[in-house]
Amino acid sequence: MIPIQKLHYNLEKVSMGLVAAIIFAASIGGIVEIAPLFTIKETVEVPEDLRPLAPLELAGRQIYIREGCYACHSQMIRSLSDEIDRYGPYSLAAESAYDHPMLWGSKRTGPDLARVGRKYSDAWHVKHLINPRHVVPTSIMPVYPWLMEELDTSLLSAQVSTLHRLGVPYDTSQLENVKTDVLAQSQPDSDEAEGIAKRYGKDVAVRAFDGNPEKLTEMDAVVAYLQSLGTRTKEPYKILSEKPK
Amino acid sequence: MIATLSVVERQVGLLLSVLLALVGLVMAASAGYGVMAVHGSMALVLGIALIFAFSGSVSDPEPPADRIYHYYDAPIRFGIVMTLIWAVIGMAVGVWVAALLYWPEATPAAPWTTFGRLRPVHTTGIIFGFAGNALIATSFYVVQRSSRARLADAVSPWFIMIGYNLFSVWAVTGYLMGSTQSKEYAEASWYADILLVVVWVTYFVLYMRTLARRNEPHIYVANWYYMAFILVVAMLHIVNNIALPVSFSSDQSFPVWGGVQDAMVQWWYGHNAVAFFLTAGFLGMLYYFLPVRSGRPIWSYRISIVAFWGIVFFYIWVGSHHLHYTALPYWVQTLGMTFSVMLLVPSWASAGNAIATLNGAWHKVRDDATLRFMFVAAVFYGLSTFEGSFLAIRPVNSLSHYTDWTVGHVHSGTLGWVAMIIFGAIYTLVPNLYDRSQMAWPRAIDWHFWLAVSGTLIYVVSLWNAGITQGLMWRTYGSNGSLAYSFLQSVEAMAPYYLLRTIGGALFLAGAVLCAFNCLATIRAAPRGVEAIDRPLSPQPAE
Repeated sequence: MIPIQKLHYNLEKVSMGLVAAIIFAASIGGIVEIAPLFTIKETVEVPEDLRPLAPLELAGRQIYIREGCYACHSQMIRSLSDEIDRYGPYSLAAESAYDHPMLWGSKRTGPDLARVGRKYSDAWHVKHLINPRHVVPTSIMPVYPWLMEELDTSLLSAQVSTLHRLGVPYDTSQLENVKTDVLAQSQPDSDEAEGIAKRYGKDVAVRAFDGNPEKLTEMDAVVAYLQSLGTRTKEPYKILSEKPK
Repeated sequence: MIATLSVVERQVGLLLSVLLALVGLVMAASAGYGVMAVHGSMALVLGIALIFAFSGSVSDPEPPADRIYHYYDAPIRFGIVMTLIWAVIGMAVGVWVAALLYWPEATPAAPWTTFGRLRPVHTTGIIFGFAGNALIATSFYVVQRSSRARLADAVSPWFIMIGYNLFSVWAVTGYLMGSTQSKEYAEASWYADILLVVVWVTYFVLYMRTLARRNEPHIYVANWYYMAFILVVAMLHIVNNIALPVSFSSDQSFPVWGGVQDAMVQWWYGHNAVAFFLTAGFLGMLYYFLPVRSGRPIWSYRISIVAFWGIVFFYIWVGSHHLHYTALPYWVQTLGMTFSVMLLVPSWASAGNAIATLNGAWHKVRDDATLRFMFVAAVFYGLSTFEGSFLAIRPVNSLSHYTDWTVGHVHSGTLGWVAMIIFGAIYTLVPNLYDRSQMAWPRAIDWHFWLAVSGTLIYVVSLWNAGITQGLMWRTYGSNGSLAYSFLQSVEAMAPYYLLRTIGGALFLAGAVLCAFNCLATIRAAPRGVEAIDRPLSPQPAE
């Protein structure tokens, strides 16, 4: 027997030896591929204008997760010409830097949503979510009429603070005004509406997303979230216009 | 179950049941309403039921003293029954969600009947419910037989079986109520993840203690695969699920990983769930049940060693092939692609070793449908690992990614390889565990075999067509230089394939239902009192 065979012959008799060898062999790949993603700075270059989600948008994101939208819609435009032509500039790592978890997705039963923000009107989204076949007759998406129910905001402050603890840069004023901001974003005529622009930038949509400013619904949250997708930084558009030199 | 436990073990069981009821009570009371309260109540009810079961028999007489010289098969029987129940649930939901893509309004408009909530019920039901129970049950069988030793403990196998199934039930009922982490194949909420860690550590300890009792100098190769399954799944599960709960009285949490790092951790987990849950464990199953059923020794022991270390080392690198052309750094994508291609070597070595083992037993493959299940499993293992390496190549992936080709590839692995080897093992185990010479309806195994093979082929071929069509429609440019097809046109083109895949899935489900009834009939025909008997340790060396 050559030495390596002898070595293995003996290893087969020692259960803890096999355990140690398996852990060693199965650890290397993960360490080499994952650890540098935290240390190499170029992996994620966060642009200055990137903002975290406003509370209403975050509530919408949680509903997007709850309903499993990610199972059919990706949010990751690959750097391929047909994807850029169809969906817009390819996605940057920075765009999902504040996303816990990321929602890149793995399947496009429906189209990519990374840049769906501002492509359709609020009214279109509301109609489409209540029954997609009202606006797209051959769609195979499920209906979501129950999104017109009231939005439960009881956990929202805790959710924003948890994300803050994980490193999402919500500032003190944002953390303190979660309850006000979640209502104000869907009430453009209220006194608090200005606070949204002050805290999250003037590009944030402040509208009665479901058409009714009186009642804060899950629909408000989901549509606010969808309208925010791809609009939280202008960086991807800058990079693309630099490309053809 | 309880009659075979000693008095002390029954007391420990009672104590654990009280603990479970208390944990359930605390969860339900602190949450007050919502998913966590429902899950707490489930644990409370289960705990109380177990308390009743134990308290009536705590003072019953001790089991026979020669128990130590017998295999402990009762938990395996329980695991096989759970495997069959989860098979029917998981596959039925799979057919249901497949049908929803063809008839989107086929089911009533309630939140829990939507594709998005049902889809993880299908994947978790199959991966954790069906495949997981089969792995744990067969690993208990294989470790005892190949070590010629009884399981090292009588309580912990039940703790593992019941805890594991509670995790699975928490997971799937949570999705129906809208509780999910959204990480694919790791959707269960944070407290369910903690339960799985506790169960898994117990599983590892039991496995190692049983190996320590072995009456064979060498640890048989099947056990290495089961060990790799147990160890690496623990590593993957813990790292991918590290999360910060929003509050300890809610099911909501956020993973500590975000953005590109989260994507890499997720697919490091996702692909190695395929590797160590759906491949390594099942190779362990194959390396035990194929030689036993065919009556032939493994063709090459040396290849089994080389392939084992190849799989353990190479697989862990390949997850990044799920992220080609994305915002993941290019060098990580390239590593993932390279290792995916290299992985073909140990994969085909394993598949070839399995098929060559059948040399000299081909007449049995022809006559014995159970052995044919195992043979087809090895063939599909070879086919889907080739396809996997192929799809991981960057330019191929640019076409296949995001399409139904991936779904077809996954099902060629899960239907063709994982489910086929499970059914082969079940048809070998069930008569053996219930003291019968064969299954109650031997001809139904043949029916099941052809339903399973035709269902798999219809499913996989229709989704190959679907995926390639989608991929080509998305990237085709017209003569005027703009994209030729709208996204909606690609959705419309899928209709016939989605119908066909539903039919293929339904055929496969029909076979599984037939298998469940066949097992039920076999169990019912078992001689009275078989539940109480453990098998005497085999006097012959296992290999």
